Amino acid sequence: MTAPTKQHLIDPEICIRCHTCEMTCNLGAITHDDNNVVVDAAKCEFCLDCIPVCPTGSIDEWRVVAQPHSLEEQFGWDELPAPEQVAAGGETATEIEAYDEAMAVLLEEAHKGGGGKPVAPASAAKPAINLYNAGRPAEATVQGSFRLSGEDSDTDLRHIILNFAALPFPVLEGQSIGIITPGTDENGKPHLPRLYSVSSPRDGERPNFNNLSLTVKREPYGVCSNFLCDLKKGDRVQVTGPFGATFLMPDDPQARLLMICTGTGSAPFRAFTMRRLRSGGGHSGPMTLFFGARSPDSLPYFGPLRKVPDNVLKKHLVFSRVPATPKEFVQDRMMAERTEVAGFISDPNTHIYICGLRGMEQGVERAFTGIAQGIGIEWLALRTTMREEGRYHVETY
Amino acid sequence: MVDLLNMSYDTQIPNNVGLSADKKVLKALEKWHPGYINWWNDLIPEKFQKSMIYLRTAVSVDPKGWAKFDYVKMPEYRWGILLAPGVEDRLIPCGEHKGEPAWQEVPGEYRNLLKPLIVIQGDTEPASVEQQRFLGMTAPSLYDMRNLFQVNVEEGRHLWAMVYLLQKYFGRDGREEADDLLLRSSGSEEAPRLLGAFNEETPDWLSFFMFTYFTDRDGKMQLESLAQSGFDPLSRSCRFMLTEEAHHMFVGETGVGRTIERTCQAMNEAGIADPYDTGKIRDLGVIDLPTIQKKLNLHYTLSLDLFGQEVSTNAANAFNAGIKGRYLEPRIDDDHQLRNDTYRVWGIVDGKLIQHEVPALTEINMRLRDDYTRDAAGGVGRWNRIIEKAGLEFEMKLPHECFNRKIGVFAGHDFDPEGNLLSGAEYEAGLPTWLPTHADGDFIQSLMRPVSEPGQFAGWISPPKVGIDNKPGDFEYAKLHMA
Repeated sequence: MTAPTKQHLIDPEICIRCHTCEMTCNLGAITHDDNNVVVDAAKCEFCLDCIPVCPTGSIDEWRVVAQPHSLEEQFGWDELPAPEQVAAGGETATEIEAYDEAMAVLLEEAHKGGGGKPVAPASAAKPAINLYNAGRPAEATVQGSFRLSGEDSDTDLRHIILNFAALPFPVLEGQSIGIITPGTDENGKPHLPRLYSVSSPRDGERPNFNNLSLTVKREPYGVCSNFLCDLKKGDRVQVTGPFGATFLMPDDPQARLLMICTGTGSAPFRAFTMRRLRSGGGHSGPMTLFFGARSPDSLPYFGPLRKVPDNVLKKHLVFSRVPATPKEFVQDRMMAERTEVAGFISDPNTHIYICGLRGMEQGVERAFTGIAQGIGIEWLALRTTMREEGRYHVETY
Repeated sequence: MVDLLNMSYDTQIPNNVGLSADKKVLKALEKWHPGYINWWNDLIPEKFQKSMIYLRTAVSVDPKGWAKFDYVKMPEYRWGILLAPGVEDRLIPCGEHKGEPAWQEVPGEYRNLLKPLIVIQGDTEPASVEQQRFLGMTAPSLYDMRNLFQVNVEEGRHLWAMVYLLQKYFGRDGREEADDLLLRSSGSEEAPRLLGAFNEETPDWLSFFMFTYFTDRDGKMQLESLAQSGFDPLSRSCRFMLTEEAHHMFVGETGVGRTIERTCQAMNEAGIADPYDTGKIRDLGVIDLPTIQKKLNLHYTLSLDLFGQEVSTNAANAFNAGIKGRYLEPRIDDDHQLRNDTYRVWGIVDGKLIQHEVPALTEINMRLRDDYTRDAAGGVGRWNRIIEKAGLEFEMKLPHECFNRKIGVFAGHDFDPEGNLLSGAEYEAGLPTWLPTHADGDFIQSLMRPVSEPGQFAGWISPPKVGIDNKPGDFEYAKLHMA
């Protein structure tokens, strides 16, 4: 079987033939005849420069095809052909989280805790997917690597900033990227990319500098995490992605976000919060964060987080290993704050996000079930509704 | 509200012209800006000024930066001054200076030729906002309302672009002209806008769609020609404006298309096959196809008049001087100076339409008008495909260019839309079937009822196939302020 490839197409029923895309494309990949404006699959490198300049949205069409459609074929179209069925999962192109099969499997696994097929928030921006793969990775330069955990802590938590210079690498909050560790594994094969959630907002760690940040914890014997944590400023990294088309934040400023995380699971929520802050946080719907870690010095971004004003983000920081203090987990705090949580789950404007270690799922589920019951709501039914409406999102590992 | 006193021009006005370092322009702009904000506030009904509208803002000219979508209150919209990136070693593409380096400053000898071009272009931008000022009240959906306001704020930005050129390059004269752009007003008795078509009110949404399709397309052709200017700052301004102008073309083409689609759908549902069964079709609450054709006839011919006289020495001078080129100048296969070339045009000889060859240099306007007609025909073909798909027999057509003309060789003669010369009586008799009548206008007006539920559309128009910024069908494009 030939590996399916991604093809960029223009919807001839919607295109108004203004040729703005053609004038924008630096690669000469867009051309037209008297009938249609079309993209040459052999020349398009998915740089996405043509996407924002299109007034109609007709250019944002992506298909996974066994064989790319030729120019001649596209010139003859009055409408787009029906999407081909994709081998993995049988989903159509609109909901694909990754075109790399291995990455798609990883994400499917991570999203399992949602209890069904994940759906993106209705007002989420459209993500770019899989612009780079292991065969054609993007190269980023390490702009900085900073230790987040306290000096005495035995946890090595790092904030790593990657710069893509002139290379387009558009990400949305909640998306992940793949990091390729150089060298080969024990079987002599190149390492598969490992997924890391981006912890900066869409306009970059620093606005418009085309960079992004990751939140990485050094795992004993972890090949990729050790590689990342050892990186020095100026080192180069091979990156794939971006991946993920459902664990995204709503663009609707009135949406309320309830976010629950442990450890480095906070990465996407740092991105969400920064996005809201940069796009006028005070005017948007409230966000609440339940954040669990062992101790304050192993809670990523403990300092900066506390400076975020409460009217933007309400914070419940929960610690399980502080000497002389009883252990507390996120689910315990959720139960303690049941009135607030109940207010969230009974509001159709609420989006719930859970991110962190797989182990947290059970406790959080229990807390939701109990709190929902208290206000006469059947949690599983509500969860299904919320998921189907793109308002319930789980990413655990 | 915009804080005009503590305005940081570099952060609040997205620009790539080094505004904060250019003290002279900054001073002129600071003086001009409050008048602009007043103009805007007086114009747009207060309810909409206070509403959150999902708009696109250009914050830089690279493809990643020029389309930032977000909710914004219109008076707080960040109107920027953005020029398309300069082309290194750009040469003047046409006229007697062809091949010389493009001018970065206004060439003294052409100052008086250049300034009116910029003033006229600048004058049309606020004029169309004025013409469309009441449409927000009758928007057929939040989606359409958002599109209207997007067109409006971008016309506002285009005004800024021209004001910048006037203030930066034309000294005191330029500053006075910039002030006058805010003094004239569409339809005003004492200080009307400069071009006739921009003094007519846009009475209903079908007119708005026709206007954005036909009249804004004239704007597009003018910008395309000015983008070829040897005066580089003008060329770069217009090149960037064209990317935005494409959105206006889109609003027009899809607006008319969606109106046609809904009519066809309603006819099919009611089992009406005859497009001329006007009474029955109108009873369905949709606009019959012959009336849409009449609106097309009107707006197309009004827009043709905007190209001016066929034979024009002004246009020839501007081309010769290299300050205004032709549509897609670099792709035209000639000497780009038109020393010996001729061009085929229509004329009237002994009461008959005759095509004849004339010197191309004096027919610059004519050529642009022909390019315009070809460009406009494309969308008409796509509208016909909608009718065809619905299985109905009707064809939308561009009328002959001699029909209903007030400017140029055809003015003062009575032609029908097929191009036949008629007697006055014949013409009067045919007119109600060719151009919209008062009764047609009243009928269309009767359908103009606002719909402000997200995802809902008035009965005379179909929803769009794709949302703006890929938003889903029930996205709330405008969060209306409820007083």
